[in-house]
Amino acid sequence: MIYIVIIYLWVALLLYLLLGGADFGAGIIELFTTEDNKAKTRRISYQAIGPIWEANHMWLIIAIVILFVGFPAIYTTMSVHLHIPLVVMLLGIIARGTAFAFRNYDAVTDNLQKVYNKIFVYSSFITPLFLGIIAGSAVSGKIDPHADTFLSAYIFSWLNWFSVTIGLFTVSLCGFIAAIFLIGEAKYDELERRRFVRKAVQMNIAAVISGGLVFVSAISDGIPLVQWVFGNPVGITAVSTATISLIILWYLIYKGRSKSLRLLAGFQITMILLTTTYKHYPNIVILKNGGYLSLLENQGTDKTIEALALALLIGSVFILPALIYLIYSFQKKGAEHAH
Amino acid sequence: MDDFIAARSQMALSLGFHIIFSCIGMVMPFFMAIAHFYWLKTKDPVYKNITKAWSKGVAIFFATGAVSGTVLSFELGLLWPTFMKHAGPIFGMPFSLEGTAFFIEAIALGFFLYGWERFNPWFHWITGVVVGISGIVSGILVVAANSWMNSPAGFDFVNGQYLNIDPMKAMFNAAWFEQALHMSIAAFAATGFAVAGVHAIMIIRKRNVKFHYMAFRIAIVFGAVAAILQPFSGDLSAKDVAKRQPAKLAAMEAHFKTEKFSPLIIGGIPDTLAKQVNYAIKIPGLLSFMTYEDFNAEVKGLDQIPKKNQPPVAITHYAFQVMVGFGVLMMGIAVLYFIALIKMKKWFGKVWFLKLFAWATPIGFIAVEAGWTVTEVGRQPWIIQGVMRTVDAVTPMPGIHYSFYLFTAVYLSLSVMVVFMLYRQIKMVPKLYEGS
Ligand code: HDD
Ligand code: HEM
Ligand code: HEM
Repeated sequence: MIYIVIIYLWVALLLYLLLGGADFGAGIIELFTTEDNKAKTRRISYQAIGPIWEANHMWLIIAIVILFVGFPAIYTTMSVHLHIPLVVMLLGIIARGTAFAFRNYDAVTDNLQKVYNKIFVYSSFITPLFLGIIAGSAVSGKIDPHADTFLSAYIFSWLNWFSVTIGLFTVSLCGFIAAIFLIGEAKYDELERRRFVRKAVQMNIAAVISGGLVFVSAISDGIPLVQWVFGNPVGITAVSTATISLIILWYLIYKGRSKSLRLLAGFQITMILLTTTYKHYPNIVILKNGGYLSLLENQGTDKTIEALALALLIGSVFILPALIYLIYSFQKKGAEHAH
Repeated sequence: MDDFIAARSQMALSLGFHIIFSCIGMVMPFFMAIAHFYWLKTKDPVYKNITKAWSKGVAIFFATGAVSGTVLSFELGLLWPTFMKHAGPIFGMPFSLEGTAFFIEAIALGFFLYGWERFNPWFHWITGVVVGISGIVSGILVVAANSWMNSPAGFDFVNGQYLNIDPMKAMFNAAWFEQALHMSIAAFAATGFAVAGVHAIMIIRKRNVKFHYMAFRIAIVFGAVAAILQPFSGDLSAKDVAKRQPAKLAAMEAHFKTEKFSPLIIGGIPDTLAKQVNYAIKIPGLLSFMTYEDFNAEVKGLDQIPKKNQPPVAITHYAFQVMVGFGVLMMGIAVLYFIALIKMKKWFGKVWFLKLFAWATPIGFIAVEAGWTVTEVGRQPWIIQGVMRTVDAVTPMPGIHYSFYLFTAVYLSLSVMVVFMLYRQIKMVPKLYEGS
């Protein structure tokens, strides 16, 4: 049963990174789009994301609920020591969610739209940045349960180069996912499509650079990242397939195959998450004193885990078909509309 | 401000904010479904306009409700880590089921908001109803989690250890039914009165009278039926509180002395030092009767509860008075409504009648906030009744007052924005829906 719960946790994180990521990424792309093109980008991304928007961030909630029900010690350790980045991320979520609703449902269209858009794009940047920082801090070995000063307990637990570069890497991945996604959405508008291709290139470059910085900062912060990634066959395979598939990805873009493109980009993100979590498994929080919090040692009692696994399984029976139908029907209708 | 008070205030603020949006999220889909149904049946475009106008409002409320709920699921850990460490595995069951309900709600909302003219009209209608049903289900589930804090079950507490955990027993604890029932009815009463009130104001101002009149008629039926049921359900809740949390009942009633033939105390100013209530109306024996159906039953007073286990009396008492006061008032208005409906059709055109509803716009929500204050403040000093104290649950992180100020500022500005947004929505009705 515990493995079912762990798989759900991992899948929820992956789907949040993919679907939520595309969602954040649309805002990030808008942030880096020139003034005159912003409106068009906004329209296309709204058409694509609007219907599934509410559902996207549910993955985060599922992950949190799994953590606090199944692995309370992990949830509370992170809540205490990463309080500040969590609060910033929450403020980002509030700002983004409400700005999205306001800009799409405000009955009057006036200058306030500019304010909503500003809030939306900046919070689209900040939220994944801090999500990345939180994820990076969990494994950075900087969380010190015995810290006795405010700075070491609540600030340096997350404010370090490693966590920050992971944050930036997350931002570029989100931008990349969104660009790939939007290439497909814009397939009936050649100019627009080319613009998203350019964005995808830029975001890809940003991801490669920030990914490189992650390694550099890991070395300077004394984190054995190289060993984690390249020290085992799964890591090596995942990283190299992800890299090789980049070539296919560019070929597909060139060919204009938007469906396979999306699948491939999804595959790459999956590989990245696999590499970064595989070596740690089952330890998802690494502490300063060399200790760690393991998913297999901090679980709730058997009865709780059993109930949680059942709830998740039953939930999927309802959710997955409905969600797939939602995505499918709006993809199809979207295509019909564009014709 | 000390960190402990700051953490409590921040929790209260976030929950108090969220509950407004969640009530609307639970109930408005049903109003829309009715209007939508009439549109599909009669093809009267006014009904379609009502549905569309409401659904825009709901989308704004929904997004705000969803983000404030997301914040809450983190705040439980950010503010009360020790509580969550022990309680998470016990009372988590409803939360894990709620995940499904939320998801279904979000998916159905996607279909509903973006599905106009894209799907079979009845499929589209059903998705709206599904939004409402899953909203109610998630409301019931969270309230089950909260009722566990009032009436802990599903574990044995031995030497500070939580043993023999049974999440199902925890979910179906002794208080879940009364609380879930009372909360669900409250959501209908509060939202019904608020929506009807806004439309009544617009009718008084003679704006798009037909549109607002039809909208008013839909909303008020829900509100009025719920307002009549609510005091009965409240009575059940009070009896239940007497059994499981005598300290809370005593604080609600400002009932200082244990006695037989206890009076029901209405209003008044509790004086905790002198242990008496000044200026109150006292109806002899009624409290004994209401709680135990026996005028001679003994009702436990605060004197039998050690000082360190007593909740704040004044706040709990005032909050209870406010809830019951408004509850009775709403019931009265609801009765008038049914009289008008059956016998006095001409009242609907009278300004005094509409003004009654206009003034009653906020009272349901005030009662909701007051009711939660009774439940939560009345549980103090416990976070889990009789098991864990709130003080022992709070985060060790210093400086929570900054976070409280920050969240206060955020929630205040959000409230202002949402009200402004609604104002614009209503102002645009004539332009958007020409001819209604
Ligand atoms: C429209 C809102 C509304 C109205 C008119 C009333 N209530 Fe209420 N009440 C609530 C909204 C509410 C609430 C906000 O929904 C609470 C908080 C927790 C809960 O389950 O419901 C609540 C709690 C609550 C509790 C505490 C339950 C607990 O701690 O478990 C009692 C004893 C009552 N109510 C009793 C009454 C009575 C006797 C009313 C008579 C008129 C009444 N309520 C009207
Ligand atoms: C949405 C409606 C709710 C409102 C308006 C509300 C209101 C409040 C208030 C006023 C307090 C502060 C009490 C004090 O410290 O004196 C509080 C505390 C708290 N509430 Fe609620 N509550 C609601 C529902 C819930 C639910 C559903 C849960 C959990 C499942 C919950 C969990 C808590 C916790 C953990 C605290 C902090 C500890 C404590 O003060 O006991 N509340 N709430
Ligand atoms: C009595 C108290 C509560 C009721 C009745 C309630 C009900 C609801 C409802 C109906 C929604 C759907 C969104 C909407 O309609 O705006 C919602 C959203 C949400 N609530 Fe609450 N809630 C309560 C308290 C809480 C608490 C204490 C938590 C967290 C621990 C919580 C977590 C959430 C989350 C995460 C969402 C977002 C779900 C989404 O994205 O659709 N709620 N709540």
